[in-house]
Amino acid sequence: MTTVEATAPAPPAPPQAPEPHGDHGAHVTNTGISNEKVAMWAFLGSECLLFGALISTYLLYKGKSDPDTPQPSELFDIPYTSVSSFVLLMSSVTMVLALSAIQRGDGKRLRIWLTTTALLGASFIAGQIYEFTAFVREGLNLSTNVFGSSFFVLTGFHGVHVTLGIVMLLSMVTLSARGKLGQERAETIEIAGLYWHFVDVVWIVIFTVIYLIP
Amino acid sequence: MSTVPATSESHEAPEHEAPGHDGPAHPSDKQYVMIGLILGLLTLIEVGLYYVDIGALNNTTLILLAVIKFAIVAAFFMHLRFDNPILRRLFVTGIVLAISVYMVYLVTLGAYIPGG
Amino acid sequence: MTTLELPPKPALPVTPLPPPVLRRPRSITGAASWFTTVDHKRIGILYGVTAFTFFVLGGIEALLLRLQLARPNGTVLSAEAYNQLFTMHGTTMVFLVIMPLSAAFANYLMPIMLGARDVAFPRLNAFSYWAFLLGGLFLYSSFFLGGAPNGGWFGYAPNTSITFSPGHNIDFWVFGLQILGIASTTGAVNLVVTALNMRAPGMSLLRMPIFVWMSLIAQFLVLFAMPVITVALFLLMFDRQFGSNFFNPAMGGDPLLWQHLFWIFGHPEVYILILPAMGVVSEILPVFARKPLFGYPVMVFSGIAIGFMGWGVWVHHMFSTGLGPAAVSAFSVATMFIAVPTGVKIFNWIGTIWRGSIKLSTPMLYAMGFIAMFTIGGLSGVTHAVSPHDRQQTDTYYVVAHFHYVLFGGALFGLMGGFYYWWPKVFGYHLSEKIGKWQFWLWFMGFNLTFGPMHILGLQGMPRRIDTYPAGYGFEFWNLVATAGSFVIAFSVLLFIINVARSKKHGERAVGDPWDGRTLEWSITSPPAHYNFGESPVVHSLDDWWHRKYTEDEQGRPVRREDHPGQPVPDSPEVANSVHLPSPSYFPLIAAFGLPVMAYGMIYRAWAVVILGAIIVIGGIYAWGLEPSAEPGGHDDHGPELPGPDGDGGADVPDDGPQELVPAGVAPLETAAPESASAEPVTGEGP
Repeated sequence: MTTVEATAPAPPAPPQAPEPHGDHGAHVTNTGISNEKVAMWAFLGSECLLFGALISTYLLYKGKSDPDTPQPSELFDIPYTSVSSFVLLMSSVTMVLALSAIQRGDGKRLRIWLTTTALLGASFIAGQIYEFTAFVREGLNLSTNVFGSSFFVLTGFHGVHVTLGIVMLLSMVTLSARGKLGQERAETIEIAGLYWHFVDVVWIVIFTVIYLIP
Repeated sequence: MSTVPATSESHEAPEHEAPGHDGPAHPSDKQYVMIGLILGLLTLIEVGLYYVDIGALNNTTLILLAVIKFAIVAAFFMHLRFDNPILRRLFVTGIVLAISVYMVYLVTLGAYIPGG
Repeated sequence: MTTLELPPKPALPVTPLPPPVLRRPRSITGAASWFTTVDHKRIGILYGVTAFTFFVLGGIEALLLRLQLARPNGTVLSAEAYNQLFTMHGTTMVFLVIMPLSAAFANYLMPIMLGARDVAFPRLNAFSYWAFLLGGLFLYSSFFLGGAPNGGWFGYAPNTSITFSPGHNIDFWVFGLQILGIASTTGAVNLVVTALNMRAPGMSLLRMPIFVWMSLIAQFLVLFAMPVITVALFLLMFDRQFGSNFFNPAMGGDPLLWQHLFWIFGHPEVYILILPAMGVVSEILPVFARKPLFGYPVMVFSGIAIGFMGWGVWVHHMFSTGLGPAAVSAFSVATMFIAVPTGVKIFNWIGTIWRGSIKLSTPMLYAMGFIAMFTIGGLSGVTHAVSPHDRQQTDTYYVVAHFHYVLFGGALFGLMGGFYYWWPKVFGYHLSEKIGKWQFWLWFMGFNLTFGPMHILGLQGMPRRIDTYPAGYGFEFWNLVATAGSFVIAFSVLLFIINVARSKKHGERAVGDPWDGRTLEWSITSPPAHYNFGESPVVHSLDDWWHRKYTEDEQGRPVRREDHPGQPVPDSPEVANSVHLPSPSYFPLIAAFGLPVMAYGMIYRAWAVVILGAIIVIGGIYAWGLEPSAEPGGHDDHGPELPGPDGDGGADVPDDGPQELVPAGVAPLETAAPESASAEPVTGEGP
């Protein structure tokens, strides 16, 4: 159970009156964290189980594919995927810079960094698509063997998550351009950022466990 | 509807405050970029380990590096280091549960032998 | 967006925003308002009514099964029909009855018990309900579209693969459960955030009512367990629709993968099914024994222990699959251990009623019935834990007996007790005690007649999941008894329906606190005002409402306080009109509607329909995201408030252990014209 310690005695905080620019009234919460943020973390905790199941399924079937069908060692292009991974990693940096910008009230920089993040994410996805089509050309698809099944489903799920993230980022760029995402709504960006970083962090695990470990 | 933290709390000594923000401490932009570079470096080492097998500890090191990168992103980019512990607990519960449960079934099915 | 500062009177209309695509619904009364409601109480009622309807359907399925099994070589149902009915019976009871009934209670009661006005995300709450309803309807539409799912509620692959289950039956199961999974998971996020964030001032976690605790733990289980079955179902879907090999042994697929994933979900699932009912029982016993719950902190921690340990026992559903002695022994021991916190709870319940001033009203009968029946089910469960025993018992009717004793004798007994207990609160009138007692005893007898004999049948070797059995094995007599018992249950359910119908007309009107209750829901009127609390309660202890009414003498007996508040009365119109709640919305229903559309498209491989469904879902979510939670002005008071607008948060909250700090500073109460209560034009926000 969490206890939020007071610096004693707490001076009365300024009353959270309905903001004149308030699109949303503020609810005070027991944990001191907004409902939306706790919700996102709860959701991310749940997603750990989702990706864990997919990753462990891949691991279960590792090395169990018919040797006459395409194998990971034949298909994986580590330098290529490393670059792709690096791109996604850097998108987390730009995401956090976007958040930093809006926390300072800098809407313009927010949009720049958000767009950059989306572009980096899109490059990652483009890279994935290229990789998938290359594998298919070399004879690996969903039905070829258990490697194909587990690889495509795992990375496909991840890719869908990234894509949904890109859609969210672009939506926020649009909202910001229309003046609806001011400094007081920085937390919205933060929460979207949490999702984005999570998706990145899942890739860190996938890249290591699937690609790098023989 | 949005909600607002009733009290803001920093559990660590704040590093450089992002100017204009008076909530929990944040690393500065410069620090974020530094962290990004560290992550890039770690990735480079990982990729290096793929090519240069250091023997028995190769896989362990790779996993360790992945864990470190994960922790860095979670702690700094996702701000877990500075936020109320409840968030960390929610997330870590998911992670620990996932790892435990899935490792157990992999072991049961003979697909993963610890130390192998 | 700026909100205009308006002169007090005469009121000027707010500058209208450009008309949205769909005008925001405003009414919170009338039949149509049920489709757009975001009020947790109405959503709770919707869950309850829908779940009960599915209960009747699942029950009819059971009666048909029992008719088929009444005699050897039964001819009532073909094997295929039997497979569909027993699959749907299980799927219905687990996913469409017990889970949503628990959700009904949690939805209705959690916010009120916490002193809040609604859950954390009211529109998401509505979305969860609609996804549940539509998922259930989607699942049942299969009966008319080629046949219902027929692979068992547990769907073992590769039996459920396209090779062995051609046709769409299993596809309905896969997609139906995915939709239901979305409903459950979004509900879980909502309730977890509500319990963590929206408690009234002074309500630390260890002052929450025990029902809230048990529901919270169950919701954590939902949050973490649903993704596992989601993955299992996706893998099966990919195998069936797109030719992947996850469960295809010819290509290296492992059937045990399905079993592991399903049961990693499935075991926590059974705790999801039982914990809320345990919470209900823990609420009823103290009230009808006029004694506090024995060992509240221990009850909480046992519940948490059950939640955690529930993740470590799933392989006990797989003891006979050839996993080897190491795995089997480990899980055998783990399963025995989990009986410990459960046993602790049973002793604590007994401790609660021991030397209490017991009143055997219908809720109490159900609660005590729960203890007895659940204990029996738990004991048969312990025999399963011993894996050599289980080798005899598995896949026989002994297992069927076990899980019906814990799920029916446990969860359903508890939830029925909850119906009788909270009915006056929710609907404002009592269910008839006289009919209730008859109904209970018939339910109790029918239940034991039906499922008691199954222990014997199982030990005699009657397998489960069979559509008929040959003569001459000695199964005839007890099967006939069980079938007779099932009709007694059916009659009891009918009595319940009659009770509801009659009581609506003739039932005694309920006061706010008819049972002399202990928790906050009894401190408001029956039914509650739509905003629950005029002013947020400030909580000073566990069972705060009780302690406002009673103090204790030297022997610990309750003594009525001088400042006993009496029965709750409605708030003044001023207070009633001053609370601004989240507005109704179409979008939860619209977004949920897209889900079955996508599912139908997937089954029939009509990709345009899938895309259409996706557009509906995403469009609905966008529109929902862009509309403010409440109109006009976008502000709502559905979080708990702090008493007094002047600084320190008001009342003394005595130190009773670790507490949340009450935030200083307060949002002044909004004064706004209520959505529907008056015919006046909306005048915007006051000061």
